[in-house]
Amino acid sequence: MAFAYTPGLRVADRTVVRKERRLPLTGETLVKVGDAVSAETVVARTELPGNVKMLNIANILGLPPGDIPELLHAEEGSVIKEGEILGQSKGLFGLFKNTVRSPIEGVFESYNRITGQAVLREPPIPVEIDAYLKGTVTEVLKNEGVIVESVATFVQGIFGVGGETRGEIRVLTEGPDKELTADLIDDSCSGKVLLGGSFVSVGTLNKAIKTGVKAIIVGGFDDKDLKEFLGYDLGVAITGHEKKGITLILTEGFGRMTMASETFELLKSREGMLASVNGATQIRAGVMRPEVAIPVQGEETERTSDKQAGAMDIGSPVRCIRAPYFGRLGTVAALPAELQVLDSEAKVRVLDVKFPDGATVTVPRANVELIEE
Amino acid sequence: MAVASKEITRIMATDCGSTTTKAILIEKKDGEYRLIRRGEAPTTVEAPAEDVTKGVLNAVGEIEDLEGRKFLKPGDEGVQVSPDSPDGVDIYMSTSSAGGGLQMTVAGVVKTMTGESAQRAALGAGAIVMDVVASNDGRLPHEKVADIRRLRPDMILLSGGIDGGTIDHVVELAEIVKAADPKPRFGIGYKLPVIYAGNRDARDLVRDELGEQMELKVVENLRPVLEKENLGPARDIIHELFMEHVMAQAPGYPKLMKWAGHYVDGDWVQVPIMPTPGAVGKLIETVAKNEGIEVMGVDIGGATTDVFSVFKSVEEETVFNRTVSANLGMSYSVSNVLASTGFDNVMRWVPFHMDEADLRNRIRNKMIRPTTIPQMLKELIVEQAIAREALRLALVQHKELATGLKGVAQERTIGDAFEQTQTGATLVNMMNLDLLIGSGGVLSHAPRRSQAALMLIDAFLPEGVTMLAVDSIFMMPQLGVLSEVLPKAATEVFDKDCLIRLGTCVAPSGENRKASILAEVTLTGSDGASSEISIEKGRMLVRPLGVGEKVEAVIRPAKNLDVGEGPGNEWTGQLEGGVVGLIFDGRGRSPFLLPQDDSARIGKLQEWSTALDIYPERFISLEGGE
Repeated sequence: MAFAYTPGLRVADRTVVRKERRLPLTGETLVKVGDAVSAETVVARTELPGNVKMLNIANILGLPPGDIPELLHAEEGSVIKEGEILGQSKGLFGLFKNTVRSPIEGVFESYNRITGQAVLREPPIPVEIDAYLKGTVTEVLKNEGVIVESVATFVQGIFGVGGETRGEIRVLTEGPDKELTADLIDDSCSGKVLLGGSFVSVGTLNKAIKTGVKAIIVGGFDDKDLKEFLGYDLGVAITGHEKKGITLILTEGFGRMTMASETFELLKSREGMLASVNGATQIRAGVMRPEVAIPVQGEETERTSDKQAGAMDIGSPVRCIRAPYFGRLGTVAALPAELQVLDSEAKVRVLDVKFPDGATVTVPRANVELIEE
Repeated sequence: MAVASKEITRIMATDCGSTTTKAILIEKKDGEYRLIRRGEAPTTVEAPAEDVTKGVLNAVGEIEDLEGRKFLKPGDEGVQVSPDSPDGVDIYMSTSSAGGGLQMTVAGVVKTMTGESAQRAALGAGAIVMDVVASNDGRLPHEKVADIRRLRPDMILLSGGIDGGTIDHVVELAEIVKAADPKPRFGIGYKLPVIYAGNRDARDLVRDELGEQMELKVVENLRPVLEKENLGPARDIIHELFMEHVMAQAPGYPKLMKWAGHYVDGDWVQVPIMPTPGAVGKLIETVAKNEGIEVMGVDIGGATTDVFSVFKSVEEETVFNRTVSANLGMSYSVSNVLASTGFDNVMRWVPFHMDEADLRNRIRNKMIRPTTIPQMLKELIVEQAIAREALRLALVQHKELATGLKGVAQERTIGDAFEQTQTGATLVNMMNLDLLIGSGGVLSHAPRRSQAALMLIDAFLPEGVTMLAVDSIFMMPQLGVLSEVLPKAATEVFDKDCLIRLGTCVAPSGENRKASILAEVTLTGSDGASSEISIEKGRMLVRPLGVGEKVEAVIRPAKNLDVGEGPGNEWTGQLEGGVVGLIFDGRGRSPFLLPQDDSARIGKLQEWSTALDIYPERFISLEGGE
């Protein structure tokens, strides 16, 4: 095999970033193809059906479900107010009437003659989607959303917490191997996306939240800190919905990990520019990785579509992603076809990686990740 | 399913797991079907590929490399199926669990009755059951509505009421589904499939409620009377809808669905893509039926762990059960194993000290980079410790669902009055279990087979006499789908190439604190020579006996201890060997206890590992740090 496939994370200087901004339900799109949008521009809007309240009117009135329709004061589909009478029993000689009042404002959706249950629905919940990224609308998905494109610096992380946010990039550590410590954060960091080096602790993260930092990008984070930060032990890696007041993006993994220098240098060169970041990670069906996108002026310098995605060849830059070389960067020196025996005695396909210091090591093919430029 | 006019002699089958895509090449040679080659590659639902067929091409490409023949169409346009050409194969088929599998919500009137039957139907079809909604589940109607909406299942199975039974409750459930109006995870604008398999008298009313809003399918009641389940029709329609609605939306699947098939009389016939667990279950059922034994199978994957069992009920009927532990697995879900079982439970299987923070970070890094494999021995040992806990927890969940039908009126005799058995007791009886099959990367790819044997024993704690086996290279899913088209080929390859018999485990069970010898065993070989073995308390012993070899055995347990014939009773029969041999486990069952003291525990783990020759000798010197 001349090349091997391996999953990789993208680190691109200038590339076309295409973002699908889709509504959860069909709705209305508010922009048209060719429109220039800012990250905050609302591009589509819809209304989610309101929450449902179920009310067993027959039970409340103490009558058979089939007897209820003639006692209803509201028609199916009619608008109701909180406290409004929905039904009333005839009582005895017009006295001792039982009454059912609506607990909510909304719509009297339906009544079921079999179960005696009425379905009341609260008013619709409006949902708006913004452009997320400064760019141009290139496609309108009828009633569903839009595609926004932008030439941007684009970096994928490996794991994140927290959803979409944006802010100006600010570099806080001297190098990719330095920890982002609490003393580096001051009031001037408010509203910013901070670039750290190898590590951030939960204490620093909490200070950043208090200071109003929008997001932090670092190499590594401790799992025990993650547990303390979230308040629970994350079981399955589906994140993005946390409301912690900050978005955290790890570029390398868990533990103290020097950020890949090209990632650090690239983001550093964008200091002062506006970044759109998203910590949402889903390591499962339809895998999603956290990302940093920084719209830049001019044209893209590469198109990944011209390359075979995921193809690894001699000389390809790779990152080792498992012990004992975890986090080290190098290039592919050989791709032997034969299976080889590891220290664990497993017999697997391997490759040779050459590190910058000239040392060459053999690692399982599964334990490297292509650095896509 | 139709069989091709020309005999099928070359078969390519793939299984797209959540982590790895596995391809196998089977060919008929000298009158029998045999496995020729296997290949694998990372599954490619993730960016940058976001197309499952890339992983298939890579896995098949590996077979091409190793075999030196062409199996792919020019330009990598799919697997070449060409009966008349020396290149390619005669049939291509695939199973899949990538893309998160099939996620369902089920509903029934009484949680432990129709609710549980619906759950069994969905699980048996290969689904992950996210929620069981029932009239008596303790939630208020609006809470049920909110939960259905939040979970966004791929489809809903609605049951409830025996035929002629309650109608109100069933309609109420339909109303809740209608009010929730959940949207499918994939594909905006599609109607959510809902299957109704409840009281036939409520069908029209359910149609009135859901007919317009949902893609409603009505099938026979899955619990027509209290005493009987009829899960087949519901399972079949789940498979059908899975193909039509769920798979068709996942990245690359429409293409893969077109690739899978063969020519029958010159016409192209597609072979449906089967959910992986459905295919494995089919195979386990076939094994139990063919050999007339009680079987358990476990498939530990990256995201989920499936347990399959065929046990006899009190009425001597064989009952198949499958459960899926949706968040127990070795990669995507590995952190959840730690979260569910706790640090101490994982560490009790590790024969060296380790720092908790270090272990947590290692496990998390496996989760975020799920396709990596342990390069160092120490990492392998840690992964196998986690696997024991994932398997153990999956068995606990299986026991809870693999039960007799609840709510059934039982005839009781005076003798039963003293046995406090309830309806709905678990069918899982480790003493009756004849064969335990392990499958999934961590078991199938364990560098030494003895590692798989000990993982299975530690996690499942088989009692009495039990044959252990592993799926050699994790090909049960492919053989399951093959059994639908060519049962002969599936059976032949399963016997000869897939199932690796590890050997028989003998484990006395019960409490006898005084006994230092749990059982005495007399083994008599085919040459008439006999030998004696003592199963000492707290020790393990292996006696080599090759694959297919058998010895006559008499096992005499100590007082109160049982090896299958009741407490203290002698067991006579044949013991069969395997690649590991005969394993005599004197560590005790009911209860099985590990030493509380750390160094005593580590000492014992090392002793047992040495007895079974699990790891190279240098493992004893391993330390926690790098």
